[in-house]
Amino acid sequence: MSKKIEVGPVGYMPQSAPSMGVELSPEGQALLYGNIVSEEEAMRDAAKALLTRKNPTIFPGPQVLWDWKDDVADKSAAILELASEIPNCKIIPMPDYRPKYPKIDVKAEINPNHPNLTILDNKIKACIFIGVHCHYANLSLRMIRAGTDCYTIAMCAMMGHEEAMASIRDVHADDVRKFKEILIEVRNELGIEHTPTMPPENPSLPKEDWGDLTPADYGEYRSLIMSRKGEHVAEVE
Amino acid sequence: MSLNKTYKDMDYLLNEAPREQHFITGAQAMAEAVKRASVDMAIAYPITPQSEVMHLVGDIYAQGHIKEYYRAEEELGTMSAIAGAARAGVRVFTATSGPGLLRGLEAIVSWPGHRVPCVLGVLTRVINAPLSIQPDNIEMAYLMHSGIVMLHAENQQDTFDFTLAAFAITEKVDVYIPVSVATEGFFVTHAKGYVDMMSEELAFTEPDPYHAPVPVMDNEVPPARIQRDAPVQKSNFMSYLIHSVWQQEVWDSNRRAMKYIYQYLGGPVEVLNPGADVMLVASGCAAAQAREAHRYAQEEGLSVGFVKVRSIRPWPTDEIRDALKDAKTVIVPEHNIIGWLCKEVKASIPNSGIVVEGPRVYGGMTLPVELIMTEIYDALGMESEILQA
Repeated sequence: MSKKIEVGPVGYMPQSAPSMGVELSPEGQALLYGNIVSEEEAMRDAAKALLTRKNPTIFPGPQVLWDWKDDVADKSAAILELASEIPNCKIIPMPDYRPKYPKIDVKAEINPNHPNLTILDNKIKACIFIGVHCHYANLSLRMIRAGTDCYTIAMCAMMGHEEAMASIRDVHADDVRKFKEILIEVRNELGIEHTPTMPPENPSLPKEDWGDLTPADYGEYRSLIMSRKGEHVAEVE
Repeated sequence: MSLNKTYKDMDYLLNEAPREQHFITGAQAMAEAVKRASVDMAIAYPITPQSEVMHLVGDIYAQGHIKEYYRAEEELGTMSAIAGAARAGVRVFTATSGPGLLRGLEAIVSWPGHRVPCVLGVLTRVINAPLSIQPDNIEMAYLMHSGIVMLHAENQQDTFDFTLAAFAITEKVDVYIPVSVATEGFFVTHAKGYVDMMSEELAFTEPDPYHAPVPVMDNEVPPARIQRDAPVQKSNFMSYLIHSVWQQEVWDSNRRAMKYIYQYLGGPVEVLNPGADVMLVASGCAAAQAREAHRYAQEEGLSVGFVKVRSIRPWPTDEIRDALKDAKTVIVPEHNIIGWLCKEVKASIPNSGIVVEGPRVYGGMTLPVELIMTEIYDALGMESEILQA
């Protein structure tokens, strides 16, 4: 297969995949190195990358980090199941899209405005984008292809991404589990022994303890949770 | 007011729904498309010759087809409010003309980068001094580098179909940038033509703002409070890089619109008599005149073909190149002085020396078919009567 989209770094000023003639795959199919292939072929190549390249990492976006829609909790559980089957897998979230100034904590999160910083610092050579809004996934995937040697996998709930080395479209919980099964199959073929293990806790996140929370912790938003003088709030949503 | 609407997808509306013929103006055709598009909000600011369109859209609002409608303070306010409403997740429409378009341009050129889905009617008019309200489509040249999708309607039927299709194209997840539908002021907006329309009880499926490549809004909406278009204005390499890939994403989105132009409108070009020695290439109202010149030429047995360009952005480079590959001369009639269509055509083919720059009319001048015929006769080395003013 000729590779229209290759693992980077492709250079200082990357040409976008669509401008190179890569088109999104139709329903039921996937993209592999910019070519339209069967979903299983793309999943097998992606699985092999996750199992053979260093520091495989899943980057979950806002759409799977918050339980905001009926099917999200199940999909997020499936992502954890998948992570547990990938040896040495880490999870580094992309919780929002605001550029992090003055400096991002690259151990804690990834950001679409400078995703390569997290990839390079953690020496990530294979990654999955899932639950990231398409616009920001496209930006990130192109910047990663430009400046790093990371193999990118897009597991998109919508139409997929031309910039990823492997792009699976219309991904929901069942599809994540299907990918997990294919990954286990490829892992066995490669003779890699592994006991399902959950990824490590994010080292930069503080321990969650909301017991001593005060209005001061809400900073500039504290007025939103405090009643005004004489105000009696009887009902809340 | 509650109307009994049946909601359908755009494929059904444009390609399957039964239609009845009406004899209406271009302004009416655009408003009738808006009536069937399940528009949540329309924002108006008057300017001739567009005023007719938003006036009629106001009538539609009064009839209950649109949820919100108001007159903004001026065009920059209009276009800014359109961006705000679209970011809140509602389907929006506005229209403007010439100087109004340029007044709103600062906001308009920010729409694609903000991934704002909306439909903009452009009813063309002179923009330069001295003041004139007459048709001239030079304003479209200013939109061509903004990143928005640009469709150019030949007549009242196109104006109806393109406007309706625009609402579907703009909301596609892989596009999600504005779509403009331009046509010539007065020549189309105030002139009547036959338009086949489906029943007004049929309407385009309502939008799902969560089926989008960006979060709905910078606010407390699911899945979380997310800042959507943070400024990336630090003076460092990373800021430059994110901005450059962001710009690429705008044009990639524009490029992705092409498949939907095929799906809904049959493609970005219409070609008659391919392989002819002389090819006429035109868009908008000039295409109607070029079509007529093509008909004259056919009656005279001349080797003349015709390419109508429906989509200015994305620009159909491959289709134009293919349509003109056997041409010995290409004639590009236009309604503006600079010849923006001619420049695009020249840039699309390897042998641009075969392109005749014109005929062009502007400042409200009509484009007589005889003007195009004169160029055809010249190209074929035939004697012709020069049109006298």
